[in-house]
Amino acid sequence: MKSVKNHFSLIIALLSILFCIQIFIIVDRSIEAYKENLANNYSIVVVSKKQIKEKEMLLLDESISSVQELPPDNVIKRLNTNIDKKNMNLLKLTLPKFYKLYLYKFPTPDDIKKLKLNLSKNKSITKIEDFAKTHDTTYKLLVLFKNVVFIFAMVVSIVTMLLILKELRIWQFKHNERMSVMGLFGAPIWLRSAILFRLAIVDALISSVLIFLIFIYISTNKWVLLQFQNLNIKVEVFNLVNDSLLLLAISLIVSVTLAAMVVLGHKEEV
Amino acid sequence: MDKVIVANDISLSYNANETIINQANFSVDSGSFVFITGASGSGKSTLLKSFFGAIKPIQGSLIVGGVELSDVSKNKLNFLRRHIGIVFQDYKLIKEWTIEKNIMMPLIINGYEKSVIQNQVESLLKHVRLKHQAGKYPLELSGGEQQRVAMARALSHNPILILADEPTGNLDEYSSQLIWNLLEGANTQLKTTIIVVTHRIPSTLNVNYKHYHIEYGEIYEIS
Ligand SMILES: Nc1ncnc2c1ncn2[C@@H]1O[C@H](COP(=O)(O)OP(=O)(O)O)[C@@H](O)[C@H]1O
Ligand SMILES: [Mg+2]
Repeated sequence: MKSVKNHFSLIIALLSILFCIQIFIIVDRSIEAYKENLANNYSIVVVSKKQIKEKEMLLLDESISSVQELPPDNVIKRLNTNIDKKNMNLLKLTLPKFYKLYLYKFPTPDDIKKLKLNLSKNKSITKIEDFAKTHDTTYKLLVLFKNVVFIFAMVVSIVTMLLILKELRIWQFKHNERMSVMGLFGAPIWLRSAILFRLAIVDALISSVLIFLIFIYISTNKWVLLQFQNLNIKVEVFNLVNDSLLLLAISLIVSVTLAAMVVLGHKEEV
Repeated sequence: MDKVIVANDISLSYNANETIINQANFSVDSGSFVFITGASGSGKSTLLKSFFGAIKPIQGSLIVGGVELSDVSKNKLNFLRRHIGIVFQDYKLIKEWTIEKNIMMPLIINGYEKSVIQNQVESLLKHVRLKHQAGKYPLELSGGEQQRVAMARALSHNPILILADEPTGNLDEYSSQLIWNLLEGANTQLKTTIIVVTHRIPSTLNVNYKHYHIEYGEIYEIS
């Protein structure tokens, strides 16, 4: 019972740090996945007097990933049908060409401006439809969301830091006595602090394992998966190798640093 | 005869405007039993602290166990302390450790083997009549019992020197007698040098002892 209480407070602090970090990672991944999703769906329509080859189009701006020519049949269909086949073919040739351009990544408003400028260098292009208005709102919303998450993460980090600092003072008080007494019986500093470091490492391991279990649970939770599905994105909630190594490393670093600060701040009683 | 402690003209002080011990000369023979008396606040604990390097003399030379303490490295001081057993006025037991673990501590620090530690702790617990309390924590014991634990801890690693600061300060008759018996036993059987700060020298003691008295920062030899 006594030992459980010794571990409890540091584990809670470590858990909150690790939880924050992993949530931030997940949000970041979601935003990236969502952006990619947007980029895949986003396209610009270009109207040209003459045919432009895909190669030629790609050369105009490096952010263009692919070009799709829109068949003129859709356009013609809308003009009535009392045209004979010969004239129809003639019409097809005289109609301007429509192209859909896809981009590598979701563009910023500036990217779009630059893209338009580059496209207009080709004199046969007469019209560029960038759907700027819809794009602009989506983009601003995304930036807002990222900022809100960032501020939230900062606030939680600051609160956790205060928690850790308070914990440090308790540790300093709690361990100083034992370390002093051991010192009075001639224990070298490494032996005096061995217990502290062992405690720190054990706490780091316990909190890592707990956070692994929490996120393994979250990553299989139906409700969470449904949210991502609704957004039409695929997000890896918890990577068993990379994420667990990162979280383990962070919790070890935090708790061992804490222990080291206690050892450095240790003063022998007189 | 070998000296465990040789103090030449030592002065002890916590701050610049007050000297607790003033240019005192003092020595302790190996294997002897020494009492230090003096009024409360006269500097008895301070003198004892200087013997295990908790405060350094601001002047003079202080040699304990062959180590010059007025200028000592951390490693050398730790080495010396591993051969000293201290009984503090306020016990200084480690609260989050059991009685057994508290008694073991000096043995662990000295790197003894597990089996040796186990035997030694068992025999000490018997000697201080606390065998049935081994798994308890210090704060679950009475003052007298805590002091007996502190005594067992100081004896555990067979130190060459025991420093005891009012070890029977406000103890019951039973605990006091037990502690004097243990100190006497260590002195006569193991030839351990013993220095005890006390108000009252017990009349039942069967050893030859030296008696020093501290007054106004000076150390007087009484007997
Ligand atoms: N850690 C300390 N810092 C400053 N002054 C101290 C400290 N410990 C003791 N003193 C002062 O030194 C004097 C001697 O104290 P002490 O050696 O504890 O006396 P005794 O043990 O004889 O009762 C006292 O005046 C006390 O106030
Ligand atoms: Mg005192």
